[in-house]
Amino acid sequence: MFTKIIASIRGLGRRVTDRIWRLGFASRFFLAIFLHSGTSLRRFGLTIREIYFTGVLSLIIILVSGMFVGMVLGLQGYDTLQRYGSSEALGILVALSLVRELGPVVAALLFASRAGSAITAEIGLMKATEQLSAMEMMAVNPIARVVAPRFWAGVLSMPLLAALFSAMGVFGGYLVGVKLIGVDEGSFWSQMQASVDFREDILNGVIKSFVFGVIISWIAVFEGYDAEPTAEGVSGATTRTVVTSSLAILAADFILTAFMFRGA
Amino acid sequence: MPVEPLVKISNLSFAYDNRPVLTGINMEIHRGKVVAIMGSSGCGKTTTLRLLGGQLKPTSGYVSVGGQVVHELGDDALYALRRRMGMLFQFGALFTDMSVYDNVAFQMREHTDLPDQLIHDLVLMKLNAVGLRGVHHLMPSELSGGMARRVALARAIALDPMLIMYDEPFAGLDPISLSIVGQLIRTLNDALGACSIVVTHDVQESLKIVDYVYFVSEGKIVAEGTAEEIRNSKAPYVHQFVWGEADGPVPFQYPARPYGDAILREVPRVH
Repeated sequence: MFTKIIASIRGLGRRVTDRIWRLGFASRFFLAIFLHSGTSLRRFGLTIREIYFTGVLSLIIILVSGMFVGMVLGLQGYDTLQRYGSSEALGILVALSLVRELGPVVAALLFASRAGSAITAEIGLMKATEQLSAMEMMAVNPIARVVAPRFWAGVLSMPLLAALFSAMGVFGGYLVGVKLIGVDEGSFWSQMQASVDFREDILNGVIKSFVFGVIISWIAVFEGYDAEPTAEGVSGATTRTVVTSSLAILAADFILTAFMFRGA
Repeated sequence: MPVEPLVKISNLSFAYDNRPVLTGINMEIHRGKVVAIMGSSGCGKTTTLRLLGGQLKPTSGYVSVGGQVVHELGDDALYALRRRMGMLFQFGALFTDMSVYDNVAFQMREHTDLPDQLIHDLVLMKLNAVGLRGVHHLMPSELSGGMARRVALARAIALDPMLIMYDEPFAGLDPISLSIVGQLIRTLNDALGACSIVVTHDVQESLKIVDYVYFVSEGKIVAEGTAEEIRNSKAPYVHQFVWGEADGPVPFQYPARPYGDAILREVPRVH
């Protein structure tokens, strides 16, 4: 009995130290990406190519989801607002919900599932098939040539995708609120224009999506690079990317929101 | 005055954590030679290649290539040395998102400022040397195993290296591809005036092309000699290996408790 307790405490301790060690490795890896980013900035074509794979190919899911989220906001928002006789404020509700919260957060969650998992799987498979080792033996640093362009592509794509998500969401809210339900079009747009502040709302939303982009891209490239070079290892790393990114996005969103919007 | 060897391995030992993989290895390999490192799986052959390429650091001893001690080099010097090395990985390790042409051109584009036209000519020359000029437009997924290996060989010699390393170049090839790859290793080495190290356990094919053989067992060199000496060797391990005998110094049975005890007394627990 006593031995079992000792063994379980020891197992717990090992898991904790393993996690801390891995976090340290991930931090050093993050630093290495910055140190070896010269190639992806000098030869920007490498990053553009990855922006196509991570950003452009994520457009469909982002645009369609944005549209539906905006449409649902339009329905739910109208239902609540009309109880208080302020259904003209629907434009404000839809726009603020999207640019402050739903745009960056939902777009980031979708981006983590669509692009983050693909980045991890690609780098993990390159490792499993010795392509990264081959690159090293050809005197080409895989962090500079493979990892950094994918990282920066994710960081640059994320704010753009979040902006498109919000724009499509506003359009979806407009379709449902104005065209379907019949909210006054002038009030919908003018109240939105009057109440959405560029610095407070839009810029803060962009900052959020940029931070989420860094988090997702970092986790995705790290998990791929650190994946065990087997089919099972790559599959596990891909799952970890989606799960860890999603939790990290939600936690970071809470922290950022606490700093940005303090009810002032 | 004796000629300095291109590759010198001196009293080399290496361990993963506390598990020794190589112990007291010594080798000298000269330019123009094709040398095989043979031994059963897990004996430390591939580890030796990784130490040569600077992907691992020795526990003790050293590896020197072209007069430079590999593990003492900084990143820049190591990368400069690697530009003069070529390596063929076991399954080619071609970049799957690039065509055959782009794979072979990869190092030229990364390390030189050559104009596109010249790179084009060089790539076709390299592919022609391995007999695959006609597949330059294909993707790696469209190649057979043997063709992928030959394209990887063309990529490995893209910058005319002084040292070419081959990790199991014959694994999984049909007899024709096997013979072609074997001949290519020899002819390319002679044409480039390079030095080739072939890690393999394909005895018959490699003995046809190599100048010298090192036999590694349990991390130590247990025999060495020319192909002829190895064929005629009476050393039990070498004899078993060369002639593919099922039992010998490397036993057929993995060490275990006596058979009778295991059958009569051990009842495995079913979970």
